[in-house]
Amino acid sequence: MSVEKFVGTPKKATTHTNQSEDLIFEKSSPGKKAYRLAELDVPAVDAASLLGESARKDLGVMPELSEIEIIRHFTRLSTWNYAIDLGMYPLGSCTMKYNPRVNEAVARLEGIAEAHPYQPESLSQGCLGIMKTLSDALIEITGMDTITLQPAAGAHGEFTGILLIRAYHESKGNPRKKVLIPDSAHGTNPATAAVCGYEVANLKSNAQGMVDLAELEKMVDEDTAALMLTNPSTIGVFESDIKKIADILHAKGALLYMDGANMNALVGKTRPGDFGVDVMHLNLHKTFSTPHGGGGPGSGPVACKKILEPFLPTPVLVTKADGMLGLEYNRPQSVGRVRMFYGNFGMFVRALAYILANGPDGLRQTTEDAVLNANYIRAKLDGTFELPYKTATLHEVVFSDRIQAKNGVKTGDMGKRLIDYGFHAYTVSFPMIVAGAMMIEPTESESREELDLLIDALKQIAREAEENPELVQTAPHSTRIQRLDETTAARKPILRWKAPVAATPLAVDTAAKEW
Amino acid sequence: MRYLPKSPVDREEMLAEIGVTSIDDLFSTIPAEFQLKRDLAIPRQHGESEILDRFREFADNNAVGYSSFLGAGVYRHYRPVIIDSLVQRGEFLTSYTPYQPEISQGTLQAMFEFQTMICELTGMEIANASMYDGSTGAAEAIMMAVRVTGRDGAVIARTVHPEYREVIATYAQHQEIPTTEVGYTENGRVDLAALDATVTKDTACVLIQSPNFFGTIEDVAAIAEIAHAKGALLIVSIAEAVSLGIVRPPAEADIVSLEAQSYGVAVGYGGPYCGVIACKEKFLRQMPGRLIGETKDKDGKRGFVLTLSTREQHIRREKATSNICTNQALVALMTTIFLTVYGKQGMKELAEQNLAKAAYLKGVLSAAAGAKVLFDGAPRFHELVLQLPKTAEETNTALLQHKIIGGLPLAKWYPELGPNASLWCATELTTRKQMDAVATALADKKA
Repeated sequence: MSVEKFVGTPKKATTHTNQSEDLIFEKSSPGKKAYRLAELDVPAVDAASLLGESARKDLGVMPELSEIEIIRHFTRLSTWNYAIDLGMYPLGSCTMKYNPRVNEAVARLEGIAEAHPYQPESLSQGCLGIMKTLSDALIEITGMDTITLQPAAGAHGEFTGILLIRAYHESKGNPRKKVLIPDSAHGTNPATAAVCGYEVANLKSNAQGMVDLAELEKMVDEDTAALMLTNPSTIGVFESDIKKIADILHAKGALLYMDGANMNALVGKTRPGDFGVDVMHLNLHKTFSTPHGGGGPGSGPVACKKILEPFLPTPVLVTKADGMLGLEYNRPQSVGRVRMFYGNFGMFVRALAYILANGPDGLRQTTEDAVLNANYIRAKLDGTFELPYKTATLHEVVFSDRIQAKNGVKTGDMGKRLIDYGFHAYTVSFPMIVAGAMMIEPTESESREELDLLIDALKQIAREAEENPELVQTAPHSTRIQRLDETTAARKPILRWKAPVAATPLAVDTAAKEW
Repeated sequence: MRYLPKSPVDREEMLAEIGVTSIDDLFSTIPAEFQLKRDLAIPRQHGESEILDRFREFADNNAVGYSSFLGAGVYRHYRPVIIDSLVQRGEFLTSYTPYQPEISQGTLQAMFEFQTMICELTGMEIANASMYDGSTGAAEAIMMAVRVTGRDGAVIARTVHPEYREVIATYAQHQEIPTTEVGYTENGRVDLAALDATVTKDTACVLIQSPNFFGTIEDVAAIAEIAHAKGALLIVSIAEAVSLGIVRPPAEADIVSLEAQSYGVAVGYGGPYCGVIACKEKFLRQMPGRLIGETKDKDGKRGFVLTLSTREQHIRREKATSNICTNQALVALMTTIFLTVYGKQGMKELAEQNLAKAAYLKGVLSAAAGAKVLFDGAPRFHELVLQLPKTAEETNTALLQHKIIGGLPLAKWYPELGPNASLWCATELTTRKQMDAVATALADKKA
């Protein structure tokens, strides 16, 4: 019987998405190569004699493979990822929008990709021009007076912004002691305040999930450096009392920091600089379409009012008397550098390409579509899931699992089940002011058809939670791997591959090993 | 707008489903006085071909057609074509942080491979899944050492990249970490006697860079001995990661902070690059940033997850080991592919070519009239400090006439070396022809 030939695990898998792909080290064989260096056009040197005791003798488990094997390895791995290019990523506060490909093309133009950060300013006018054009656009979009592009990501922007605030207060004679942070805030906010040497004072939200003005008034005093506020908040609500919030702070000499994570709800419709914000960061990898790339790189420019300008990180981009662009280092009141060179420049290129592709009309339409999409989902799913805050929302909507939790089905379970329907999960259990939060941000990049598919999937999951809770609790069922044992991963961490014991000598003291 | 997948009818029908008459109704929570009633004053909408033209124009306003001898923490190495072929796959490019491991195994496994390679290259036991860059990584490493030791002082070598030291100063001031600088001797290495005198029982860590900013390879073992004798940790920062193909890894260090830009990442006017922290396993709980760990699913199938996140800001908030969230994942993937392409043999050969090119460059430069190569008493990788008869600025201005970007003037950061000192670099991409052209240009009277 010919069927017998196929009994057992086939050596060669037939479907890539389900096949096992070993670690690159397990696929390696001595002597294989994927490189060929250019012919050496200068005399070779004897490394051992040049370097003496500093010479390395071995590169351990570093792999050896051919080019086709490398292409296949990483291509196969890629097929195990979900991605915006495959479908909707309804992660709240993450703004997973389309990443335009022209951005990638322009970032790779030789004159841009090969520019050295220390090449003379006269030979860097193109790069500086990109920074200037982007800076001007971001200043206009935020309604602020000035900007630094140096911070490498959102949290790094927060760090920079709070340093500006600290330097401002110090210039007035007292850095002050605490930063107020609403309980609905992202975890980076309190972590940032701590890194900047501030105490964190938690500000409780009111019954609508917004800033409680009375509470704020009580808490703001002469020791308050700033309030770090996300607007719209993490439940998607615009703080309608924003001007009063700013006034309460300013009356006591404190400043208003805005976390710009949710700026996709505001671009072209309102400007933080107009409603009282003193300093804010932007996430180019959220609002301005630079790719998330599996976790980074990001870019977190910080825009601020004139009062904070003297403290900006060095160098500062300036237009010189002769019209040339330059970098100014002599800034005695500066907080110093927060990163080497000028920031994640490659992200500036992409963000500017996105702004050019949109123009003012495109950016406004983008914001309107993002808000339209979120409200469409809200209207369609209100009732299927509990909506803990009824206040009108902008770009995202936060439901809770209260109805489904009665059957033992939690937000995390439904998020996992959504994977079986071909979506990424929404943001699970955040913000923390909502028990069992299900935070959904569709962005503008989703068509009505894709939104309807998500809505149908979530309604179906709600039905499953009633009729067959276990199906949801044990999801996902259609993925290459099941839920992973995260407890053991944390308890007995395996953070690198090691060659099987038989193939290597007994464990050696690392310090004594011959390299 | 071509990125928006909606027809006018879609929009109308959706508004009706929501139960509002106009889109502005959805923005009514924004007080009227703050609603923007005009167009943003930004460039008009561009067609794709116009965007390309605009950026080509920017690109042409940079240093096109010049040969460059700049290094100083950013190195131009060959980038194998398959790096961009692979990282531009949408599944890598457009995926989010792998919080849902069932549909993120591609990124997770690749990052586990990254962590493994970084451990192997640096001689450390564990590595994280990346930091923003080498400068912030070094600052985070110092903060980590302060937490580990319960001490608060940092001793920093003057031969660490000046911009790294500036970033460290920014971070350290509000952590109340006093920093002290230790100088170098005439061979360009850390002054061991001064170091020994500076490290005290209150010192949390010693930070050095190797190869250091002058290109000189430090005596890591001797420095480790001095630090450890007083109970301080040794942090080694590595700005030129390609050196690890031929230079012995700093295995005596407690923490290594690596800038992996050299592994296939474009110089790109300063970023994005790829920092990473590696260390001894016993410091695991104080490590900042994301970590990928191996585990199994319920069928016993191997898989990878983000792990030990109780160190991180989204769980621990103000008590976290760092405020870092977004890292440099896609750039870390670039470096992983680069390291796989060169692998065990290629990393060595590549590093040897860099050594050979630098040796040739040294020969060419030291032959110029009145030239002196500094710090000749210790081994170096592919950079060298050169003193010429004229100021570095004057020399470079003259070289620009020959379409050559000379070494980086050092007076701004190292006034003690005088106005004529500059830092030169050759990599495997620097050709003999380019180096010979420097010799010719320097012989030219104007230089």
